[in-house]
Amino acid sequence: MAKLPKPAELSKIDFTLPKTDWMDTPVVFKEGMYCHGSKPKSLEIVEFPNPREWRPADADWKLPENWKEIIIEGIADRIKKYRSFRLFMDICVRCGACADKCHFFIGTGDPKNMPVLRAELIRSVYRKEFTTAGKILGKMAGGRELTLDVLKEWWYYFYQCTECRRCSVFCPYGIDQAEITIIGRELLNLLGLNIEWIAGPVSNCYMKGNHLGLEPHTIIGNLEYMLDDIETVTGKRIKPTFNRKGAEILFVTPSGDLFADPGTYTAMGYLMLFEELGLDYTWSTYASEGGNFGFFTSNEMGKRLNSKIYAEAKRLGVKWILGGECGHMWRVLSQYMDTWNGPADFLEVPKSPITGTVFENAKSMKMVHVAEFTADLIKNNKLKLDPKRNDHLKVTWHDSCNVARGMGMLEEPRYVLRNVVNNFVEMPEDTIREKTFCCGSGTGLNASENMELRMKGGYPRANAVKFVAEHHGVNMLANVCAIDRASLKALMEYWVPSVGVCGLHELVANALIMTGEKERTTDLRGEPLPSAEAKEEKA
Amino acid sequence: MKALVSLMAVLLLALIAYAGASVPGLRYLFGVVIPYAAFAVFVVGMVVRVLKWASSPVPFRIPTTTGQQKSLPWIKDSKIESPSTGLGVIVRMALEVLAFRSLFRNLKTQVGDGKQVAYGEAKWLWAAGLAFHWSFLIILVRHMRFFIEQVPAAIQLAEGLDSFLQIGAPLFYMTDAIILASVTYLFIRRVGIPQVKYISLMADYFPLFLILGIAVSGVLMRYFTKTDIVSVKVLAMGLMSFKPTVPETIGSLFFIHLFFLSVLFVYFPFSKLVHMGGVFMSPTRNMANNSRMKRHVNPWNYPVHVHTYDEYENDFRDKMKGAGLPVEKE
Repeated sequence: MAKLPKPAELSKIDFTLPKTDWMDTPVVFKEGMYCHGSKPKSLEIVEFPNPREWRPADADWKLPENWKEIIIEGIADRIKKYRSFRLFMDICVRCGACADKCHFFIGTGDPKNMPVLRAELIRSVYRKEFTTAGKILGKMAGGRELTLDVLKEWWYYFYQCTECRRCSVFCPYGIDQAEITIIGRELLNLLGLNIEWIAGPVSNCYMKGNHLGLEPHTIIGNLEYMLDDIETVTGKRIKPTFNRKGAEILFVTPSGDLFADPGTYTAMGYLMLFEELGLDYTWSTYASEGGNFGFFTSNEMGKRLNSKIYAEAKRLGVKWILGGECGHMWRVLSQYMDTWNGPADFLEVPKSPITGTVFENAKSMKMVHVAEFTADLIKNNKLKLDPKRNDHLKVTWHDSCNVARGMGMLEEPRYVLRNVVNNFVEMPEDTIREKTFCCGSGTGLNASENMELRMKGGYPRANAVKFVAEHHGVNMLANVCAIDRASLKALMEYWVPSVGVCGLHELVANALIMTGEKERTTDLRGEPLPSAEAKEEKA
Repeated sequence: MKALVSLMAVLLLALIAYAGASVPGLRYLFGVVIPYAAFAVFVVGMVVRVLKWASSPVPFRIPTTTGQQKSLPWIKDSKIESPSTGLGVIVRMALEVLAFRSLFRNLKTQVGDGKQVAYGEAKWLWAAGLAFHWSFLIILVRHMRFFIEQVPAAIQLAEGLDSFLQIGAPLFYMTDAIILASVTYLFIRRVGIPQVKYISLMADYFPLFLILGIAVSGVLMRYFTKTDIVSVKVLAMGLMSFKPTVPETIGSLFFIHLFFLSVLFVYFPFSKLVHMGGVFMSPTRNMANNSRMKRHVNPWNYPVHVHTYDEYENDFRDKMKGAGLPVEKE
């Protein structure tokens, strides 16, 4: 594995441009900047084409004879299917407003990471093959031949985009590089050119119900550990149910929350909150994944994985679905699920059994975000909260890209946060809300072999955190995304080691006063509470 | 290099028009045939382009949300930045098309040497873009006086406002100065910012020079050389009534002006300039953020191969029973 340079070195970003025109500058695969290629088994399980052993650094990618034909036909098919794609191929004026908005460009200085140029990688081929001007004038009209080098360039750079949509906020025509990357990756997948960090979780999720490949008994086992920890902290033993028919609510969260900290603390938060409410809900081991790495593969694969959520809700006969904290999960749920696998007419319009609030905003797709659910509880005074228990934390809020720009959920988590912590500081305004920066590891790029890419891509986010850490003493970065919880942890350790990472419901559970709980002396992480410390000092 | 070739191409066009104007037999070609053909290509080309876009469906509801969603009644939603209604979308689109809302957000990201990343104001692109497009439109509207016998009050009003800063005669139009300045800025920016220069194609320079050529030739005719306005109007009216004549008193500068415009018309539907129509159809902007309230239908949605619960239970039945999970089949 490539050695990760030190922060001082990585933060010296070189914006020098190559001497040659970008079309004449071949791609160089730099170790640490890309992921391992997909393994044959991962593709076979989901019946994807061209399963074989291959390595991105190899000259021979073992492509089918007619690979070029497959790609060109793939483009032709997709311009007929997606107005977004056809339009975005035609209307860009290359004004460059998107250029310095991309975290990968800011962090790498590589011109092909400017969203406009990343799009031109594919647009140039589109012009050559599908436009009159490009067919006649070729390079003069910005067209270029699809060659193996071009294909490799696509692979390298479409896996250096996290589909965060920040560029599309600034584009005068709303051109969304996420949309182009989505289709670019779909095309690459026609040739079996995925990365294993995506292909593996996809095949896991397909067969076992979740990205991590946790089998039913393992899910229960993992939750048991959390229940033990909850008992230690609160003195209460919680008994959640799994695959239970007739429950009112099905709860679906990303499997990352069941696997490693700090995600597990968030999962403990859900368990404690639902217990305190006496919520009639169930977990599912079949639909045990809220996230969707299929979405980073192809539209069809996204739909195949997503289908389990409605199918399980139907089988169990629940009334509606509650979803955990996750970023791209919520873009998929908000903008794709109902279209793919709806109509969910076997479910009822979500209604909070605690407050009676009807979630009209989810009346068709029937799924509510847990931050919306909890915000409604707090607004209706249904929770006893002691935010002082979080007084050892100075918290800042990271808007997850997809939740911000693919859903518009900005205020609900902030409302919850303000009610469960006393110290909340916003990062600089150009780095939050709709202008939020990606963690640098979204869309299945949170592998370990591409750590340099991740640290570079996460640099703008980390830099904003560093600002509030230095100026306001912030020591905790809260968010509603499982990938953030996994990846920001590494990012903070690298760039801003004084700052930890947590989910929203970890903070909720810390502050939540549960009926019959023992006096708490530690938070969910087993760290002493400030009030307990003060008492000790007195004694 | 790309800029230079584009400039040469535009100069060559001027030369062609100049030559055409001086050969008596070709004046009809340059004054009537080419303008007619160019206009037809423009109209048909744009219609075909828009129909092509329209023929591709919008399978998913994918607005880019740049504000708070509509959720709980006590949380104030952003009715324009994250519109949940058709009216909100109309306002969002109007702001986008008329005021370049998204470009107004533009920031300049400054990466210091390992220190603070700073975000500064960057409104010049927005200002120049807006100034250029609006002045182009107003100039176009002003030119309608050549094509209509009785100049309507609306056009007279536009002319009156445009010549508000009266400096001598002929009337000085502000838009003439603005379009020259803004196009020049857009060009300087394109070659002056290394990254923007790097992404620029010939197709980015050519229309800039062409439009600059149209503006310069127009300004020269209006303020510096004497153009026989009356015969220009005769030509224009003739074109309108399909009884075209080319008065001999029209100078070659006018032919250059008209030829540039004809080339722009022909070039338009085959170039990036189609953004004029495309901006209205952008799914990230022209859709309401209501996909959770109202199901969006994908016309080509098709059934897919899924791993069903029954298959899953078959794979894991023993483990499930061992863990105390309920199963469908014993």
